[in-house]
Amino acid sequence: MTAALACRSLVKRYPDVVAVDGLDLEVRAGECFGLLGPNGAGKTTTVEILEGLIEPTSGEVEVLGERWRGDGLALRARLGIQLQEARFPEKLKVGEVIAVFRSFYRRGLEPREALERVSLEDKERSFVRALSGGQKQRLSLACALVGDPEALFLDEPTTGLDPASRRQIWEIVEALKARGRTILLTTHYMEEAERLCDRVAIVDRGRKLAEGTPAALVSSLGAEHVVELELEDELAESELAALPAVERVRKSDGAYWLTVRDVARAVPPLLALAAARGLEPKRLATHHATLEDVFLSLAGRSLEEERAS
Amino acid sequence: MSAPPFRGWRASPLVQLTRARVVEFLREPEAIFWVFLFPVLLAVALGVAFRSRPPEPAPVAVERGAEAEARLAALAASGRVRAEIVERTEAHRQLRTGKVALVVLAGEPPTYWFDPTRPESRLARLEVDAALQAAAGRADPIAPAELALEEKGSRYIDFLVPGLLGMNLMGTGMWAIGFSLVQQRSGKLLKLFVAAPMRRWHLLAAQVAARLVFLALEVAILVGFAVAVLDVPLAGSVAALAAVAVLGALAFVGIGLLVAARPRTIEGVSGLMNFTMFPMWIFSGVFFSNERFPAAAQPIIQALPLTALNDALRGVMLDGAGWATLAPELAILAAWGAVTFFAALKLFRWQ
Repeated sequence: MTAALACRSLVKRYPDVVAVDGLDLEVRAGECFGLLGPNGAGKTTTVEILEGLIEPTSGEVEVLGERWRGDGLALRARLGIQLQEARFPEKLKVGEVIAVFRSFYRRGLEPREALERVSLEDKERSFVRALSGGQKQRLSLACALVGDPEALFLDEPTTGLDPASRRQIWEIVEALKARGRTILLTTHYMEEAERLCDRVAIVDRGRKLAEGTPAALVSSLGAEHVVELELEDELAESELAALPAVERVRKSDGAYWLTVRDVARAVPPLLALAAARGLEPKRLATHHATLEDVFLSLAGRSLEEERAS
Repeated sequence: MSAPPFRGWRASPLVQLTRARVVEFLREPEAIFWVFLFPVLLAVALGVAFRSRPPEPAPVAVERGAEAEARLAALAASGRVRAEIVERTEAHRQLRTGKVALVVLAGEPPTYWFDPTRPESRLARLEVDAALQAAAGRADPIAPAELALEEKGSRYIDFLVPGLLGMNLMGTGMWAIGFSLVQQRSGKLLKLFVAAPMRRWHLLAAQVAARLVFLALEVAILVGFAVAVLDVPLAGSVAALAAVAVLGALAFVGIGLLVAARPRTIEGVSGLMNFTMFPMWIFSGVFFSNERFPAAAQPIIQALPLTALNDALRGVMLDGAGWATLAPELAILAAWGAVTFFAALKLFRWQ
């Protein structure tokens, strides 16, 4: 296995903030790799450095065995790039947009073929302004794959989309995976990373917190279930940690998050403890541990909080 | 349905980028109005206001009385005034409201009743007097011949049309380019273009090419209208006019690209555009001759691209200037175009 995309000790410092703080990544050829983290984690900056759009402050970058030099046109011809929030001209038709992007590549798909891959062939003669958010996003995917690239960069491809559109994008990415394309994807949706990515790196504040397959990361929690408990008043975390089958305790957003090996064994003593302290549970929920819980346990706060702020 | 394969000229990025730019523009009804129709409407309005009328006989009234018929016949014979016999009160009303320029009151000899502060009344007095004196038997000691001056190109509208054309080439070139580029920049489309293997000069060259597509139409409509309807002369060759228009348009495309090279917002680019164009609206002789400005300022005024363009357009249209005469202006325009294009390419903000 050779690395299709790699960066070592990557740092990007802006006058007021360090966006990327010593990041090492290695994306193998043919895999779908996810960069997972909250907004402001440095995902987009990292991807745009790899895309040769931003100069890093320091560190090394290698893309398909090459380094960015000059205009990098030869290297760009082998890549497909989708940017967050890029807007196509409203007064152009879908077929015209894809033709413009196709013209930049010496070889690649027929424009219509690219539209078929994202199920937009019926919209070839529609104006961009008439497309829904999900259709616009699929058009941007079509533009990224029209040059039949070896590697694709997808920056938050489903952010802001409804569940149905999101699922459509996932199917397109899965089809690209099936064709053996290398994909680097950023997202803050855990479900998306778990479904699409062979491996993920969890990043926060420009640093890598963990890396591995989604399953390995979840199992690194040492327990498969999470119990969320919200009480009227405080309980000592040490008391909770002493309960049977409990692996870890976190307090976040006014609730206790207990990572447990066995829900059936953990919950009755937990409720008994609350009752003994005279505390009524305001909310009790359990779920299978996810990457969300991995992030919570590593970063000490949830992605939801991050998104809300 | 199978589209032809994507190769040949269709696959050229310059062709695709230019085509996208052209169709985008054509789907913008407001832009069509301002670029193509507004200059014509402006020329019509100014043409109507400043049109030259054929000499019209002055209307005069003759008061009813014993001598009225004879006087009317004398005035009609002269052909220089249009006379009518009316009652005294009616004559007074017509004179007061400006319907007639002069009233010939009854009585022998006649009295000329008119407002000496009105030029047409003073003119009518001369014409009426000459006609009545001649009818009464006065012989002119000399009989001068008349030679009418009917030279084209000496009216205000003739001066104005080339200036409007130059101003239009400047305005549409700069606005069209500035808005489209800044919009693409704020929508991150430029960033997406450079992320793809697009050659950067292709994008700017496509803007130039798209501009030239519209230029022909723009010039043809305004010049055609001015020549056919307003009777503005086109003394020089069409080839010279085309060369001046193309070089002028290129100069302003370059300036437009440079102005749009950095701003991130439409507001930002609008301010810069106006700041750039404002001095030229005033100093470059659109509505009045730039020779009214002091001699000390002339070297700067003459170096402005719109001055060069307006002077060259007037040279071609009004004086029939040839290539040798136009050379300095064409050189100034070419220099502006080339320097600003490469400066824009250098300074351009893609993200």
